[in-house]
Amino acid sequence: MKRIITATVQNKSGVLNRVTGLLQRRQFNIESISVGTTETEGISKMTLVVEVEDSQKLEQLTKQLNKQIDVLKVSDITDKAIVSRELALIKVGSSGQLRSEIKEIIEPFRASVIDVSKDSLAVQVTGKPEKVEALIELLRPYGIKELARTGVTAFLRGNQPQISELPSYSLLR
Amino acid sequence: MKVEAKPAIQSVVQPKTGADLLIESLIMEGVDTVYGYPGGAVLPIYDAIYRAGDKLKHLLFRHEQGSIHAAEGYARITGKPGVVIATSGPGATNLITGIADAMMDSLPLVIFTGQVARGVIGTDAFQEADIIGITTPITKHNYQVRSIRDLPRIIKEAFHIASTGRPGPVVIDIPKDISADPVYENDFETNFHLPGYQPTTKPNPLQIAKLADALSKARKPVILAGAGVLHGKASTELKEFAEKHQIPVTTTLLGLGSFPGDHPLSLAMAGMHGTYSANMALYECDLLLNVGARFDARLTGNLKHFAPHAKVAHIDIDPAEIGKNVPTNIPIVSDAKEALKELLKYEFEVTHHSDWLRKQDENKRQFPLWYNDYEHELCPQWLIETLHQASKGDAIITTDVGQHQMWAAQYYSFSTPNRWVTSGGLGTMGFGFPAAIGAQLAEPASTVIAIVGDGGFQMTLQELSVLQERNLPIKVMIVNNGALGMVRQWQETFYEKRFSESLLSLQPDFVKLAESYSIKGVRIDNQEELLRILPEVLAYEGPVVLDCRVITNENVYPMVAPGKGLHEMIGVKP
Repeated sequence: MKRIITATVQNKSGVLNRVTGLLQRRQFNIESISVGTTETEGISKMTLVVEVEDSQKLEQLTKQLNKQIDVLKVSDITDKAIVSRELALIKVGSSGQLRSEIKEIIEPFRASVIDVSKDSLAVQVTGKPEKVEALIELLRPYGIKELARTGVTAFLRGNQPQISELPSYSLLR
Repeated sequence: MKVEAKPAIQSVVQPKTGADLLIESLIMEGVDTVYGYPGGAVLPIYDAIYRAGDKLKHLLFRHEQGSIHAAEGYARITGKPGVVIATSGPGATNLITGIADAMMDSLPLVIFTGQVARGVIGTDAFQEADIIGITTPITKHNYQVRSIRDLPRIIKEAFHIASTGRPGPVVIDIPKDISADPVYENDFETNFHLPGYQPTTKPNPLQIAKLADALSKARKPVILAGAGVLHGKASTELKEFAEKHQIPVTTTLLGLGSFPGDHPLSLAMAGMHGTYSANMALYECDLLLNVGARFDARLTGNLKHFAPHAKVAHIDIDPAEIGKNVPTNIPIVSDAKEALKELLKYEFEVTHHSDWLRKQDENKRQFPLWYNDYEHELCPQWLIETLHQASKGDAIITTDVGQHQMWAAQYYSFSTPNRWVTSGGLGTMGFGFPAAIGAQLAEPASTVIAIVGDGGFQMTLQELSVLQERNLPIKVMIVNNGALGMVRQWQETFYEKRFSESLLSLQPDFVKLAESYSIKGVRIDNQEELLRILPEVLAYEGPVVLDCRVITNENVYPMVAPGKGLHEMIGVKP
């Protein structure tokens, strides 16, 4: 099962290495990982999307992460009400007449063209991973020359609904 | 010819260096002995050690591995961090086995490694190795000192991390310019705050209540005691608790001594080479209370058949160990002593389970440990039993890994804590002898016996120099079967007797070897010789190397073959 895990960490040298090394040697698969600073100085936040076999493995993962001295807090937010976003840059091959066609395709995704050259077009899209995925699939026929994704970053919504209202919020199951 | 004038005598008062700061910090932590080996990147540190004089003792080993195993032996006996110093590159990489060993067996160590100067880190400089990268997976935590101002705080943090919670090794990597540079300030910020490291030591009262309730309903309860009882200094509480409720106790390999081996409630060691009674109790119990053991595969056997009818309660200071291998009904994150104290306060009746206790006594009587009787030849199990009697069962025993280790665990019944120093998790050959040096320094008045294999001893015997130098009265008992015994046993049992590279037909003359270090060496070939010489050897003031030529073909039994459950032992007394 796919889970979204967030970890707040001390922004010290080697902390990313500690986390990824730990996951690798305990045989967890990282699908994506994104790291950045937070509102507190010296504290960073990692968002990991991982594939785990079962809940026992998941428990091990969070416990092992928690054991790291530089890791402050680990949460599995998959089943919570969350906002999660990813950014992708997509370079599509396109000459003159295709450009407007592509622009029409990306418009409903609220994506934007951020670079144009003689024979290509760079698109920036932000959103949930499924949305990014869907746009990539639509653009594939035009020939994707280059693709870069940031991986998911996420946090809890300000308001957490009662458990019974939750199911539709779960993003990645 | 030009004659250079002699340089003028330099200023008498030398400024303090980073290395002096390090030594001061160590003394502040109450360290009196460090174990190590000098080299280029730690020259400033060794200069500071020289200048510190009597304030800090340094023990020079002949290989860095020896120094770290000695520090482990010291840490195991005292519970205090062992301190190791090695130079950069090869010095540091020679420590790796010991660091991994300490990590697996939760031993507190603070290890200082030299590093090339800050300016050349990352340039593949002479004797540079990325020791932070290399040791990250095998340390509880590690540091590279980037600023001299951080050094005193880092050392304080390292001692705190190494010795609290679940103990473990901490590495501090010190670039040469940090230790060499002068320090002009006197006050350093040494207060630290570790928000990501707050070990839980007190049990959750709800979980304790749950456990008390489960215990009161249990008809076949058993306690599994691990090294956590020893680290938590909880042996007294464990004994009191087991006696109060009449619950039989078995221990892991590393937990030996946490409960008296000669106690009526003791089932002795469980696991791959555990006793019949211990393994059957784990298989048949309806309530398993694990205190500070980590359910290692060598203990549990095939997990599918492990304690199949039992409700499992697990007390551990490391939450990640609970539920890792065995699904747990009652998890209790706590220090062993705190949890047992709470349990002792709790008044509850344990259901009458005299049938269960009777069954244990019957198992112990009917299926004790056993071995073939030889009249004259030296049989390894008999050797250990005889040693146990001759040393009145209160010597500190250290071992390597393998057959001799298992025989020592089976036949040297430990009745007090912290007498047993062995490499359990990592299973390190060559551990026993240097570990004995650390143990002897920890307890100068105790009899320390290193029971080693002829294979393992040859991995670290260079430390005989330390015995010679310090005249440490350690007795090295080589259980010499001319083979890598455990490998040989597995090849006999599982590889149709194809003894691939496991027979050591050519060996040094260990007696002459000892004598070359001016150490007394004795060769023993049969039972009569041992009975005659052993009391003399144990009473001897200096070190002795005993080369005991035992029967090659003896195997360790009972045994749970890999993939089998604990109830499927082979080699139980017929």
